[in-house]
Amino acid sequence: MPDIAFIQPDGTQEGFEAPAGISLMQAATGRGVAGIVAECGGNLACATCHVYVDPAWIDRLQAPQADELGMLDCVAAERRPTSRLSCQIRLDDTLQGLTVEVPERQY
Amino acid sequence: MNDQNDNDHGPIVIVGGGHAGAQLCAALADAKQGARVHLVCEEAELPYQRPPLSKSFLKNSGEELAWHRADAWFAQAGVTLHRGDRAVAIDRAQRRVTLASGAVLPYRWLVLATGARARELPGLHAGLANVAVLRSAVDARRLRALFEAAQQVTLIGGGFIGLEIAATARALGKAVTVLESAPRLLQRAVSPELSAHVLQTHRDAGIDVRLGVAVGGFEVEGDRLAALHVDGRREPVELLVLGIGSAVEHQLAHAAGIVCDNGIVVDECMRSSDPAVLAVGDCTHFPDARSGRRVRLESVQNASDQARTAAATLLGRPAPYTAVPWFWSEQGAMRLQMVGLMPAEGERHRRPGATPASFSVLHYQDGRLVCIESVNAPMDHMAGRKLIEAGRSPAPEEACDPARPLKSFVA
Repeated sequence: MPDIAFIQPDGTQEGFEAPAGISLMQAATGRGVAGIVAECGGNLACATCHVYVDPAWIDRLQAPQADELGMLDCVAAERRPTSRLSCQIRLDDTLQGLTVEVPERQY
Repeated sequence: MNDQNDNDHGPIVIVGGGHAGAQLCAALADAKQGARVHLVCEEAELPYQRPPLSKSFLKNSGEELAWHRADAWFAQAGVTLHRGDRAVAIDRAQRRVTLASGAVLPYRWLVLATGARARELPGLHAGLANVAVLRSAVDARRLRALFEAAQQVTLIGGGFIGLEIAATARALGKAVTVLESAPRLLQRAVSPELSAHVLQTHRDAGIDVRLGVAVGGFEVEGDRLAALHVDGRREPVELLVLGIGSAVEHQLAHAAGIVCDNGIVVDECMRSSDPAVLAVGDCTHFPDARSGRRVRLESVQNASDQARTAAATLLGRPAPYTAVPWFWSEQGAMRLQMVGLMPAEGERHRRPGATPASFSVLHYQDGRLVCIESVNAPMDHMAGRKLIEAGRSPAPEEACDPARPLKSFVA
């Protein structure tokens, strides 16, 4: 049950304890975190659950697969080296304290 | 309107807890209107994501449903959930909905998100122990349990759901047969080129796909289907899954005198023939902004975007629905993505991808790019969405040059 946090473009931060075993995207949509649209529900079809992972965390996550890299090329906001699709990040206890930023827009 | 004030305060009743209903709830809660909302869900579950049901949920026995929003979110948003209940009648004069439980919900606005149901096969009576359909979570749990015991799976119907289930069953190591009455797979939904590729890919994976077959002669023994007859030949059945499409759920609206014609007829702001009643998602028959055609679409995109359009109407700032339709399907090693409505007639051009398993088909009508089908080419798909949204039509020979990313035509 890692504690995770989302930082909105205006700087407000929302932290909460998320269940392990689900994706970061599911944790966000379940909670109704603003700006995580997740139109396709986590099927790598829409690129609307884009986040910027805190640089301190980026190398501690499993590297993105080819499909995710392809979709990251299509995100609506600026793509950065820390860009990930939150549907592809599975939560477990090693991610205690994971912090991500929500981009300005998703479509 | 003399009840203008009520628009901002009266209750909003949403009938149907599928994707469209859930997204509309979310949009209204974002606008701080959640406390006005009653969501009537026929299923006992919280609203959940349906696409995984034919794929990862079916494949992994431990996988749970993915909720659109958690229980606590509904409570915090002030949304009243009516789970395991169903609307049985609409009284439009009194503006109230009666539920199966006997509850009566008054409304200022009613939104019908009643979706569609899996079609049953005429001549095959329901309730057989080894015959399944897949639409709901209950169906998916049942099919998952049936999969655990079955070595052989027969599917009737070579549409999206049928082929997704077939690919999942094959990935689980089962002997899989697909029976399709049409001369090609996905006939109504995709181009002949894509049909051919899908057919070859499934056959290469070891799925026995039979096209143009006539299925009949169901042999029932006790509570099981023992065999069926395919082109007159007897074929034993271990597990039969029906993927023969869906039927729109518009009876509730129709019985209340709301205009229906292959779905609930709505305008570009999701209003039905009764100005206090809207409809969203799979159950709507709506005007497509680009083609001018009236269509009914069953897709996550259509449900999401129509929910947003309906929310804007309910919040007093109506804006017409102009979203470009898109759709996806995952079948084994294939990720199919479509954008735009496939024209009945037009020109088709193939844009090659990096491997033979990756390409796109571009559809042009009167020189306009109107639809793109992609296989394992998500960047073509995403660029295609932007091109069609913007009404851009790069010349086919340029758009099909694999050296030029499709994205380069967007700017």
